[in-house]
Amino acid sequence: MTPRAPAPARLRPPRLGPRDVLHVGSAGLRSRPVRVFLSALGIAIGIATMIAVVGVSSSSQAKLLEELEKLGTNMLVVTPGQSMFAGQDTKLPKEAPGMLSRIEGVESVGTTGDVAESVRRSEKIPKEETGGIAVKAAKDDLPGVLRARMRSGVWLNEATSRYPAVVLGHVTAERLGIGGPGGQVFIGGRYFTVIGVLDPVPLAPEIERSALIGWQAAEDLLGFDGHPTAVYERSADDRVAQVRALIARTANPQSPTTVSVTDPSAALQAKAATEGAFSTLLLGLGGIALLVGGVGVANTMIISVLERRHEIGLRRSLGATRGQIRVQFVTESLLLSGLGGLAGIALGAAATWVYARTGDLPWVVPLWAVTGGFAATLTIGTLAGLYPAVRAARLSPTLALQAA
Amino acid sequence: MTTAPHTPDARCARPVVELTGVTKEYPGGVKALRGVDLTVLDGELLGIVGPSGSGKSTLLHIVGTLDRPTAGRVAIAGHDVAALSDRALSALRSRHVGFVFQSFHLVPGISARANVAEGLLYSGLSRAERGRRAAAALERVGLGDRMEHRPHELSGGQKQRVAIARAVAGEPDLLLADEPTGALDTASGRSVMELLRELNGDGATIAVITHDQEIAASLPRSVRIRDGEIVSDAWHPYPRPGNPPPPHLPPRPGPHPERPEEAP
Repeated sequence: MTPRAPAPARLRPPRLGPRDVLHVGSAGLRSRPVRVFLSALGIAIGIATMIAVVGVSSSSQAKLLEELEKLGTNMLVVTPGQSMFAGQDTKLPKEAPGMLSRIEGVESVGTTGDVAESVRRSEKIPKEETGGIAVKAAKDDLPGVLRARMRSGVWLNEATSRYPAVVLGHVTAERLGIGGPGGQVFIGGRYFTVIGVLDPVPLAPEIERSALIGWQAAEDLLGFDGHPTAVYERSADDRVAQVRALIARTANPQSPTTVSVTDPSAALQAKAATEGAFSTLLLGLGGIALLVGGVGVANTMIISVLERRHEIGLRRSLGATRGQIRVQFVTESLLLSGLGGLAGIALGAAATWVYARTGDLPWVVPLWAVTGGFAATLTIGTLAGLYPAVRAARLSPTLALQAA
Repeated sequence: MTTAPHTPDARCARPVVELTGVTKEYPGGVKALRGVDLTVLDGELLGIVGPSGSGKSTLLHIVGTLDRPTAGRVAIAGHDVAALSDRALSALRSRHVGFVFQSFHLVPGISARANVAEGLLYSGLSRAERGRRAAAALERVGLGDRMEHRPHELSGGQKQRVAIARAVAGEPDLLLADEPTGALDTASGRSVMELLRELNGDGATIAVITHDQEIAASLPRSVRIRDGEIVSDAWHPYPRPGNPPPPHLPPRPGPHPERPEEAP
């Protein structure tokens, strides 16, 4: 060694690079893999619960919105509303569907009219047992407007709508025990031949519970008065509001106030919103699990500091500052909880995937939930590591070096 | 401050350790050190010897800047310890002081080379440079063929050599060895002491803290401490030629106190 200048240089501890920080922070973890696994597990369970809760509800919501997209939000239903005088029935004029179809922007119109009859499997069943099923006369392009599909058979056409032929909604078919076209049902004193069964119609659940017969046949065979009771109308998306404003006056110019207009997609949208609102209770449970996981990490860190007093003393004797010891243990805690967080995100996403797969839903794990969950683990890791790290840094190097 | 005496040997010009009236009192009134004066010059090899409870561990901690004295002045490598913050003291340790412990304090599960490199972690050297120096230091202590062995694959003597390599890798001004042979059998202990002598021959300043009179007697200078006070501080000729006496101490006439037959 050569003699140096007597004036000593200023002493400033060099900074540790990020790689070195990671190196010292992970040293304790590498030597105890089982403990790392167990204490990260607590965090993982918490995060997995939260991700799964958010993921499952988001997937259900995505499914509903997807359905809504398919059904369209541009359909309005026109029905006779309440009269100002109680007890007085209101009716839509017979010309209403025609008038409505002439409103600018209206693309298609479908009409049903209630027939005061019941549908039964045979004449032997008492008339009173309607099973909650209505008989409706249908005309125009009803399945087109509703975007309803035939499960089996065919829809009424020009010819069949004049004869005793009937198309059943899928609930009706189920209740009557009819699987497909070919059978007969008893309506208003005579048998009608089933020519088709509809698929579910989410936008018009009342159609699902109906037996639909031709307009002409209803008038001729069942004494139907010919007044429509529901007019379904579809317009271009951007014209819905304009059309809506004109409907009441057009459908019943004599008394526009007795016309009621509803938007069935609004109900579906509300349902989607509720599906999206995940269960706060479950989310709270996940939060508690996360908190318990954080306590587990803090506990592990305190034990780690106690066990590694010699290492701390050694590092101090090698020239580690208090700050560098603190950084080491906070890094270790962050790595511990970060590992748990990543595992939890993977678990939660996997659970959501399984749920989506079994329920035939789209797999949606919102990015905000993933980043939020990870940020939560890092926060918890910092908090859990701070106290043990401060304790480690405060440890007197001479005490730490003493043989235990 | 004691003025460094003039000496023809340039190697011994600079004081590395200067203690003046150092007292250390622990809470509860226990006085571990009572007014210790000690100067160690660059290039010295000395033993600090005393029975357990004599205050030699406290002296080691104070010289190693791991602890501060209650009273008195401590200067290590020219830095007045009292004036330094904890951060600056850490930097002082990383740059100027190397420690060797009785129980080695190696990090389990990582290689000898990684253990030595760990000793340079707080020096500010690059990762590659730390690896290079660690390899060189292991070569120097004769473990060039054990670089990738983990501590549990090494014998006690080899572990202590790794610890010594870790302490000297940063070329500190002062190497403090606390009972370096305490956990070793006689043969390994002897070879570790031989290594320390060799390192001293290369210019390292080394203080060996021990309770073993025999070890102290084999070193060129021995400082005897008892009840927190230095009771004798003398050099005796080391049986190797060309090892000069510490110039600030008078040559001790007569035979060595522990080994009278080894008269100079």
